Amino acid sequence: MPDDLSNSAAALTNHVWPNDDLQLIPDWVYTSQEIYEREVERIFHGRTWNFVALECEIPQPGSFKRSFVGPTPVIVARNNDGSIHVFENRCAHRGAELCRPQVGTTKEFVCPYHQWTYDLTGNLIGVPFRRGLNKEGGMPKDFRPEDHNLLKLSVTTRRGVVFASFAKDMESIEDYLGPAVLEDFDALFDGRKLKLLGYYRNTVPANWKMYHENLKDPYHATLLHAFLVNFGLMVAGNKCGTIVDPSGRHGTLASARPDEKLNVDDDSKKQMRAFKEGMKLEDERFLDYVKEFKSPWTVTMQTIWPNLITQRELNTLGVRHIVPQGPNEFLMIWVMFGYEDDTDEMTRHRLRQGNLMGPSGFLGLEDNEAMKFVQQGMVRSVSDTNYVALGDREEGTTHKIITEAAIRSMYRNYRGVMGL
Amino acid sequence: MPKDLEAVPPLPASVRELRLEIEEFNTEYIAVLDACRVEEWPRFFTDDAFYIITGRENDDANLRVGLVYCEGIGMMRDRALAIAKSMMFAPRYLQHHVNNVRILSVAGDGTIAAQANYVLYQTLVDEKTTIQQVGRYYDRFVRRDGRLLLKERRCVYDSLIIDTAVIYPV
Repeated sequence: MPDDLSNSAAALTNHVWPNDDLQLIPDWVYTSQEIYEREVERIFHGRTWNFVALECEIPQPGSFKRSFVGPTPVIVARNNDGSIHVFENRCAHRGAELCRPQVGTTKEFVCPYHQWTYDLTGNLIGVPFRRGLNKEGGMPKDFRPEDHNLLKLSVTTRRGVVFASFAKDMESIEDYLGPAVLEDFDALFDGRKLKLLGYYRNTVPANWKMYHENLKDPYHATLLHAFLVNFGLMVAGNKCGTIVDPSGRHGTLASARPDEKLNVDDDSKKQMRAFKEGMKLEDERFLDYVKEFKSPWTVTMQTIWPNLITQRELNTLGVRHIVPQGPNEFLMIWVMFGYEDDTDEMTRHRLRQGNLMGPSGFLGLEDNEAMKFVQQGMVRSVSDTNYVALGDREEGTTHKIITEAAIRSMYRNYRGVMGL
Repeated sequence: MPKDLEAVPPLPASVRELRLEIEEFNTEYIAVLDACRVEEWPRFFTDDAFYIITGRENDDANLRVGLVYCEGIGMMRDRALAIAKSMMFAPRYLQHHVNNVRILSVAGDGTIAAQANYVLYQTLVDEKTTIQQVGRYYDRFVRRDGRLLLKERRCVYDSLIIDTAVIYPV
């Protein structure tokens, strides 16, 4: 209705970026329903590549996975010829979310309500009683099944990672990521076949963008995560980088632990020891780093806009799929993996090191708690801006630790796409 | 479907006694966790014990990842120390309710396979009480110096979507 349209336009004109300044992020980008709806339209359903699956989750012809693009449910299926197809998980008839298992194998998708049937590419192949019963009822004569396929998305893959887009004419995933981000992506997905190790799923009562920002923020690592410092994961000698792609959307938070733990100079050691106060791990195996990547970094956390985090934390590896649930909550699906050629001991090393991450991880747990606190602060308070001025106004790639440059880069891109 | 559903023959009196002993073990285990005395938690395990918390989807598909994955008591003590002394999380109360203890088998070497259901209620001090997890313990007990100890506890939860974080061991 015209009234509604003008109301919605008015609501957005009230959203004026404070002082036109990227050091200030207004609370409404995290809390407004109108902003969220525009994000779904312009970002998740717009010109982006969205993570939907790892190929190792759908290994065989007929394998499928229930997934999401933004908040929108999709099915990812492998056809008999091996090709991968992504289509809406919504029956063309009455709109039922027809696929219910999280993963599985099938020959076709049958909606449980009226048994409309679709093939592995999302084409409608069966409508019961299409011609009626006893020549009565049924579909109109001009009904064409091919006009009622499931809504299909564009699909691309890179090194075993599957992306989908509602846009029909997306650039290649390589151009989308840009060379610097692609380099670290390829260091993790280095051509070895992935071996699925399992899932964690959790909600976080916070805005979805907060998760990107947390991984574009090297400042928090040694402050929130005392564990890293107390147990010597992050030491004074670590080199760090916050790499940003030319568009500003994607990034890599990278750090490099010295080869030898004892490589830290005496002065730093003294400071570290003061910090430890008798805290020492009894079983240090899970801090071991087995060199296996062609990369100068021992840790890379990549934020791939808009819904993917790749995790290479020493040898524990995974992707995190962000599924927004409105402005104030997101679902996070963690898919943990190793490589097909891992020995059993290497798999166990990855599993032991997995204690760092996930919703019970020494680091992962603290991130989730902190983001919840931030959202509560924004929703319940009178003050209305976040202040991100570390590193002054610099943007783009930096090698400083105390900077929020990558967050400002993300919001420069965001404001352009969102028209804010 | 719960595992080993057909495995249990009618219980002789001695196994009933054993079930009672395991119920008492679980009651003490839970008393420690409910008091958030996490640093005492490892004492319920053998030195070489295995402890894991994982979702039912992983267990059903033989996917080995754990929300918490401890090989040996050292890793359990490290986790307990980190929770008690280093990690940041909102204050909370926990109550575990454990029931339906079943003895599945007693092996020749005395290792007891057992299971039990659990419900974990969580109360954040500024929120209403929620069910944080519903799950099942799959246990292997051994006897050391007359006392039962866990050689393995696999906590398999049905509640696949976790609210924010699971802080303490289950």
